[in-house]
Amino acid sequence: MRESDINSLIANVPKWEELSELPTPKEIIVGGELRESVIRDISRIKKEPNWMLRLRLKAFEIWKKLPAPNWLLGVEDLNVEDLAHYVKPAVSTKNDFQSLPEKILEFYVSLGIPESEAKYLSGLAGVLDSETILIRIKEWLKKKNVIFMETEEAVKKYPDLVKRYFSKIYPMADHKFAALHYALWSGGAFVYVPPNVKITQPIEAFFMISSSLESQYEHTMVIADENSYIHFIEGCAAPMFPKYSFHDGAVEVYVHRKAHVRFTTIQNWSKRIINFNNKRSVVEEDGYVEWLEGGIGARVSYVYPSAVLRGRNAKASILAVSIANGPYIKDSGAKVYHLAPNTKSEVIAKSISSNGGLTVYRGLIYMAKGAKNATSHVQCDSLLLDNKSRSVTIPHNQVLENSADVTHEATAGRISEDALFYLQSRGLSEDESKSLIVLGFMHDLIKELPFEMANILNTVVQLEFSKIGGVG
Amino acid sequence: MSSLKVENLTVSIENKVVLRDVSFELQRGEILSIMGPNGSGKTSLALTIMGHPRYRVISGRILIDEEDITNLPPDERSLRGLFLAFQNPVEVRGIRLSTLIFSALNKRRGEKNLLKSDPQIIPLLMKNLRDVGLSNEHLQREVNLGFSGGEKKRSELLQALMLKPKFLILDEPDSGLDVDGIKITAEKIKELASQGTGIIIITHYARLLKYLSPREIIVIRDGKIVTRGGSELSYLIEEKGYEALNGDLNA
Ligand SMILES: Nc1ncnc2c1ncn2[C@@H]1O[C@H](COP(=O)(O)OP(=O)(O)OP(=O)(O)O)[C@@H](O)[C@H]1O
Ligand SMILES: [Mg+2]
Repeated sequence: MRESDINSLIANVPKWEELSELPTPKEIIVGGELRESVIRDISRIKKEPNWMLRLRLKAFEIWKKLPAPNWLLGVEDLNVEDLAHYVKPAVSTKNDFQSLPEKILEFYVSLGIPESEAKYLSGLAGVLDSETILIRIKEWLKKKNVIFMETEEAVKKYPDLVKRYFSKIYPMADHKFAALHYALWSGGAFVYVPPNVKITQPIEAFFMISSSLESQYEHTMVIADENSYIHFIEGCAAPMFPKYSFHDGAVEVYVHRKAHVRFTTIQNWSKRIINFNNKRSVVEEDGYVEWLEGGIGARVSYVYPSAVLRGRNAKASILAVSIANGPYIKDSGAKVYHLAPNTKSEVIAKSISSNGGLTVYRGLIYMAKGAKNATSHVQCDSLLLDNKSRSVTIPHNQVLENSADVTHEATAGRISEDALFYLQSRGLSEDESKSLIVLGFMHDLIKELPFEMANILNTVVQLEFSKIGGVG
Repeated sequence: MSSLKVENLTVSIENKVVLRDVSFELQRGEILSIMGPNGSGKTSLALTIMGHPRYRVISGRILIDEEDITNLPPDERSLRGLFLAFQNPVEVRGIRLSTLIFSALNKRRGEKNLLKSDPQIIPLLMKNLRDVGLSNEHLQREVNLGFSGGEKKRSELLQALMLKPKFLILDEPDSGLDVDGIKITAEKIKELASQGTGIIIITHYARLLKYLSPREIIVIRDGKIVTRGGSELSYLIEEKGYEALNGDLNA
């Protein structure tokens, strides 16, 4: 991305934030009371195989039985039956930008997506409301037999492959909203990387929700076969519509022997989105999963990237940065299950609370009996920008193996008045100084990102703190 | 006339009065020096002029070019041309020195993206960097983090050179500096003054003032101005200490 593009990006993002709805034509909307018929309707619209319908119905039964999680804060007004369960935009899945709805294309251009797709992505999926509306893939990936398509298409074309993983990595009974996700899932991307294929340029999926009172239950899967590599990037955006909308997505990642998956999320939903993102990976022997998570947007967000280290020497790094700027809640964390010897995990969680924001770190490190010499290090740093804001750390360790080693470090800091004064004395306003301090605090994440994404994140953070006066 | 004016300034911190009825005026291109024993209020004066939030102005005013800036936030003062080179520059984690310099310059030019690093600035930055005796490595480091005492002082000077303020307050720019550092600092101060920057040097030593021959030396004690005079004051103080001034005062 050139300097001038970055500038145009900066000029355009606020306009987008000012938008209250994104008028796009819709072909089908399924709403109302959540009954079995709703699920059957969605399944019929998708013309999906019977096994998938059965899976949905099973999830639906679980949803009905499970109690609402008692640890949820800030979603008191969430009533899924007020929402559209399925919204199909009036576009068929297409392979070129020109067939996107006009407003969507405009937005893509303002974010520089077509250009970065051309320059540095191996593939791009666009999801709008409940459907995947764009899939682009570079020729060489096809030649290497990489599968990259919307999840529904994979269900139909590669049922055996999908069945082996679908809902096997992230269990539907994990919590009520996970069950709901599986009952209503729609849209998302499926990637399969064959053995020994290394995809050096990332594949990106970009998610948008266009209007109020919608729900998006996208399901994304990344299957990395032996000794393969992929970097998958997820981005999200939504306008500031008058009411709220609900995102309850899932990401399932399977890392086979010696494979390496890096999964990066830049979550920049508008402050009207209630966001659940159920992310889990299973890692086989000598495999490596990295979760990088930048949680900036959303009114309330619940995200806990997790890894099940199933094979010897499997490794997980989870780096999560979340910002709660204003009366918002970012509940995040990481979970790692060490099930085999010599497995290793590292978690770095950084949170920033400002203007009355609340950040919560909820973590779990589980060391199974027999996970000999497994090690885990968890580092939680929180930064409070003022006295109104709060941060809570709830780490949890369950160690059943004597030779395993779990360490936890936590720091909590308030921005120092003198550091702020120093920056202000150089001409930067209080908000600008804070945004620089925040960017510095987030450096661990930013330095891991491709240049283009790092720039987007920089911009988003600067914008976040430049409108401090007007949040809400 | 372009000037920095301090009028009858009385200031407290933590309910303790640290400055009493301090007044002086500085024109652009002029050099002033403030001396005084430890704890006499020199740094308090500098920080108050810059707008540190912990110092409370009880009475009096601060003016830049006749505009009352007493109640402006520090960044607004900075944008009006004021710069403070700190006695004890604070460590700012997470921000590189280069980022700070580019951001401060971008802000002044109305550039929206504060992080933009304009390649046109780089030659000047490199020159100033060399002149103050720092290296590229310092630029890439977090602001003041692990900088030695002298390096911090050089970094403050570098920032001043890049921002070219109308009025520059240097709070003990010479403490912790080696001989070469002092020479460079003196030269750079002279250079800035000749280009129209009004300069206040807070110092305990005559050696820097020897190079600079300030128009006036102001001595403060217990927050009050007790003596004003020419360069000879600095020699007197250096030789005989502040006690020597007592006679002068009592006379
Ligand atoms: N936060 C504070 N709380 C209480 N007293 C303070 C505070 N900050 C400064 N002071 C006091 O104000 C007085 C003036 O301090 P100041 O730092 O201005 O002195 P100075 O003239 O710069 O001294 P030095 O030559 O040692 O740098 C001192 O008595 C100091 O202890
Ligand atoms: Mg001092």
